[in-house]
Amino acid sequence: MTTSTQTPAPTPTRSSAHPPRAFSGARTLATAARVLRQLRHDPRSIALMILVPCVMLFLLRYVFDADARTFDAIGASLLGIFPLITMFLVTSIATLRERTSGTLERLLALPLGKADLIAGYALAFGALAVVQSLLATGLAVWGLGLDVVGSPWLLLLVALLDALLGTALGLFVSAFASSEFQAVQFMPAVIFPQLLLCGLFTARENMHPVLEAFSNVLPMSYAVDGMSEVLRHSDVTGDFVRDILIVAGCAILVLGLGAATLRRRTA
Amino acid sequence: MNKAEAAIRAHGLRVVRGERTVLRDLDFAVPPGRITGLLGPSGCGKSTLMRAVVGTQAKVTGTLDVLGRPAGDATLRARIGYVTQAPSVYDDLTVRQNLDYFAAVLDPGRSHRDAREETVHRAIADVDLTPHADALAGRLSGGQRNRVSLAVALLGAPELLVLDEPTVGLDPVLRRDLWELFHRIAADRAATLLVSSHVMDEAERCHRLLLMRDGDILADDTPDALRTRTGRETVEDAFLHLVDEANAHALQETPR
Repeated sequence: MTTSTQTPAPTPTRSSAHPPRAFSGARTLATAARVLRQLRHDPRSIALMILVPCVMLFLLRYVFDADARTFDAIGASLLGIFPLITMFLVTSIATLRERTSGTLERLLALPLGKADLIAGYALAFGALAVVQSLLATGLAVWGLGLDVVGSPWLLLLVALLDALLGTALGLFVSAFASSEFQAVQFMPAVIFPQLLLCGLFTARENMHPVLEAFSNVLPMSYAVDGMSEVLRHSDVTGDFVRDILIVAGCAILVLGLGAATLRRRTA
Repeated sequence: MNKAEAAIRAHGLRVVRGERTVLRDLDFAVPPGRITGLLGPSGCGKSTLMRAVVGTQAKVTGTLDVLGRPAGDATLRARIGYVTQAPSVYDDLTVRQNLDYFAAVLDPGRSHRDAREETVHRAIADVDLTPHADALAGRLSGGQRNRVSLAVALLGAPELLVLDEPTVGLDPVLRRDLWELFHRIAADRAATLLVSSHVMDEAERCHRLLLMRDGDILADDTPDALRTRTGRETVEDAFLHLVDEANAHALQETPR
């Protein structure tokens, strides 16, 4: 392009060699790098995201000081719940900011696929979730003596899928929030019912049948079930595979719904 | 002007927002390679018209062709630079990081890294922010953030620049510099510029004007022709004259 002689334009014009497509790896990576770069300017948020789960696990271990078995059950469930909640909050605020600051409108007026944007966010926050989960799982298993029969790597896998689900839910609800106040209020609305019904406080089969039926359709229930499977079985069980497939399926479904809320044309 | 060669051509362009008709059946053409000023009071539909041209406005009916394609066509996204009224940049990134990202969206891939570096460097220099290139956008003044937003639109030398009030809140020296930049872009790169403003003295700097009021286009002419036609000294007086004329006309048409 720089060798072209017939045009007087001193700069290369915008390349048409990259027609807008639904998905482009380079644009996705650029978006993920941008999101991480934004976070790097906010070290306090990173510290909170990574350290709070560890502190909570630490507290929990000594709250159940006399009852290590309770810590095993609740601790494993929490390893799945933390990434979901953190990523839900971070994503809903981040995408809300993107909507209100006008950068979303600008991006959608550029040759960026919606899938690039969503995958970019998922990739960036997924990477963060890996760090968070590595630290939390490491601390729980080796530092606090969480008794896991199965492989800690499977715990990490579930945690990562939960983070993806949190990202997906956050992206989706941010479309319905018009301020950061509202976005934060979506956490009790979307997350707390799942927290109550996921089997963290009592086994799901002990709940009222109506509530049990509800818990059967909420994705967090399967996240916690998956964690429990790893806790109790040394090998990969059929139930475990079913649980993680459901969590992954829900995440992809909600990401799709989230993509539908990104409109290039708005009123 | 040959209408087929217009950079932007509208026929029966209408936009409805909620209950309100914001643009009423507009017909106009914007010539290529020139600076067209879109002027009128706040709330007259300038931003809506610009959003329609860029393809981010919903509920647009009628014909609106931009660079030979229907507005909003996916192939246009790489050919148009757009600056919204509020600076749309990431406050928690530096000026350079902002531009690096948008450049990567426009022209992705490792093989274009050098071209990207060049266009980012140039865009920062164009808006005179080189000394602040490594400052966080959120730490800059309002006028400086506006210029970061403008620099994003300049990336990769787009064929059409749609600038919504780009000089708002800038001091006179910067405003003059930016208008010189706009003229340079039109002259050297043969780009078309559509620039909105509610400050009438900026009208004198445009090649052509679209005067808007209440979703209608009052006049579509050169500044000179407008002044001559209305017999006024300035474009501002010409605009006021046209408004009075339109009001008198409206009164006559609705006698009851």
